[in-house]
Amino acid sequence: MATLTMVQAVNDALKVAMRRDKDVLVFGEDVGPKGGVFLATEGLTKEFGKQRCFDTPLSEDGIVGTAIGMALNGLKPVAEIQFQDFIFPAFDQIVSEAAKFRYRSGGQYTVPMVIRTPYGGGIRGGLYHSQSGEAYFCHTPGLKVVIPSTPEDAKGLLLASIEDPDPVIFMEPKALYRTTKSEVPEGYYTTPLSTLRTARTGKDVTVFCYGAMVPVCLKAAEQAAEKGIDCLVVDLRTLLPLDEEGVLEAAKQTGRVVIVHEAPRFCGFGGEISAMIAENIIEYMEAPVARVTGFDTPFPNTLEHHYMPDARRVLDAIEHVHGF
Amino acid sequence: MSALELQSVIAPDGSAAGHDPRLSAEGLLHCYRTMLTVRAFDDVALKLQRSGRIGFSIPNKGVEACQVGAASALETKDWIFPSYRDFGMALYHGVTPTEMMHNMFGNDRDSARGRQMPVHFSFDKPIRFVSISSPLGTQIPQAVGAAYAMKLRGEKHVALVSFGDGSTSTLGFHSGLNFAGVWKAPVVFLCQNNGYAISCPVEEQTASESFAIKAKAYGMPGVRVDGNDLLAMRQATAQAVARARRGEGPTLIEAVTFRMGGHSTSDDPTRYVPKELVESWAKKDPVARFERYLASRQLWTAEQGEALYAAAVEQVSAAVKEAEATPAPKLESIFTDVYASVPAHLRRQGQAAFELAARKGDAGAGDGKFPL
Repeated sequence: MATLTMVQAVNDALKVAMRRDKDVLVFGEDVGPKGGVFLATEGLTKEFGKQRCFDTPLSEDGIVGTAIGMALNGLKPVAEIQFQDFIFPAFDQIVSEAAKFRYRSGGQYTVPMVIRTPYGGGIRGGLYHSQSGEAYFCHTPGLKVVIPSTPEDAKGLLLASIEDPDPVIFMEPKALYRTTKSEVPEGYYTTPLSTLRTARTGKDVTVFCYGAMVPVCLKAAEQAAEKGIDCLVVDLRTLLPLDEEGVLEAAKQTGRVVIVHEAPRFCGFGGEISAMIAENIIEYMEAPVARVTGFDTPFPNTLEHHYMPDARRVLDAIEHVHGF
Repeated sequence: MSALELQSVIAPDGSAAGHDPRLSAEGLLHCYRTMLTVRAFDDVALKLQRSGRIGFSIPNKGVEACQVGAASALETKDWIFPSYRDFGMALYHGVTPTEMMHNMFGNDRDSARGRQMPVHFSFDKPIRFVSISSPLGTQIPQAVGAAYAMKLRGEKHVALVSFGDGSTSTLGFHSGLNFAGVWKAPVVFLCQNNGYAISCPVEEQTASESFAIKAKAYGMPGVRVDGNDLLAMRQATAQAVARARRGEGPTLIEAVTFRMGGHSTSDDPTRYVPKELVESWAKKDPVARFERYLASRQLWTAEQGEALYAAAVEQVSAAVKEAEATPAPKLESIFTDVYASVPAHLRRQGQAAFELAARKGDAGAGDGKFPL
């Protein structure tokens, strides 16, 4: 075991993958000698050469478009989009192309590739370095959407994503890149996609969350425990395809649900969880589902701590559904 | 329009003094038959569409020499990233009209199993004719990525990517050419300038003196070729392919041609194309021009031409018969090929769709279970 930050775990995963398989390539803006703006790709060009880890021209459309072509022709590209906020020029390539190649060619052409991209607030990034766009991608059949919340999962889920035969949007909560260090297994291992992680067991209220909201919810759960409310905290980890049965099972365990994400509320991922519960297990519910989310506004800079759900807001929702 | 000279080989009278096409008589006739098959396919598809038997088609009349001349410079291990007006390239390399017609009918033997509109072909043999999408220009950077893979592995293959004049305005054109220039990727960019992007004439598409000249800013050669001259297209593409195989990087070819029909069967070009323009291009018909060349080589007579065209129509008609008799895809095909394996939520949705179809009595043969 090594003790690593999340960004170190990502770096470790990339090195492990590139050592295992010469077809794995890493590229994007500033990922070469500089090692990426967050140093996620540090040392890769030095170890693997600039044929396999390199800087590209400044074009997200070009990065993803060429990654698709590489994947079609046998390589395993791991493209980096420097900030998820800048992914939109590549949106056409992601939703019209990567997501649909297998379907539209009856499996003749497939796109096993990973797009890594840091997302989310908490770094004073304002409108364009803070967004959480997971819902855009979760609305696109053919994509997989993965968001880790711990260093161990970041490595295991990234290695699983690189192994996966389908295109994966791998969103890294940049707020957690360096906040904590924890033990990460050395060498190669994978954490299966489409599985949930129980971050905390509990019997009174179920809290669903992912990415940077997981530590926020754990903190809220600790505070709730002091008030005698025992929370089950579920880290969704893979949003698409979601382990729906696992979600429903976790919701049934307490009959009281809080869903937390930093993305805007309207048409956000929490709405889908809420609808699944209403459609399938309404008879098990003891209280209305509560959502704690970003506001339906652009992401503010100075007041970002009010925009992003914090333990105070999550605890408030936990108490609300518990006392209903 | 341009300072760049328009390259041509076959004179209007069919002569090509001193030119070696590097093709046997049989090779030349294969090019000719392929153009006739494109034309026959177009004619048959139009009738099918007008009579409501298929929903849509894309006519190719006028641009057959671009497709076939360019395709003739490729080997079967090269990759083609086509636009939706390029199927002559697939035919040249041995894809059959029957395989294509399965797509036109969207039946169970269509490679895409009826998921796409007609003419959005996908073939992976005998040559890689990469699945076509409707958004424009997206295939351009993809071809560059595929070419990068060839270069990385030290292969001598190339990727040819084809697109129209309208696509030069897209994000993909810029990023694709820019990346290819930087990477010296073995890719051939074929811009078929056919005069119109649906109804938008080239003058409203760009203020550039030509499309070929745009290559200069990306650090690659650009050539303007008479797109109605099959041998000129073959020659220019062969030169670009050879350059790519030598490791010298990409080339942009602008094929100057004209779309004699509408953009698609849903389009009425008489609303925006001046009649005189159509008439002037009709005189430059690429098939007639190649016939005159073949005649100058004693390889063609009008009778032979008619017989070959009749044979092409017969072949395409047989394809229609087979495709029309092939059943529609099974309900399951909606839910497969989204991912490598069917995830739980799609299995549930599929099961619900089957159960409803069975209850309402409209489940088809074979519907009802996943091949899991």
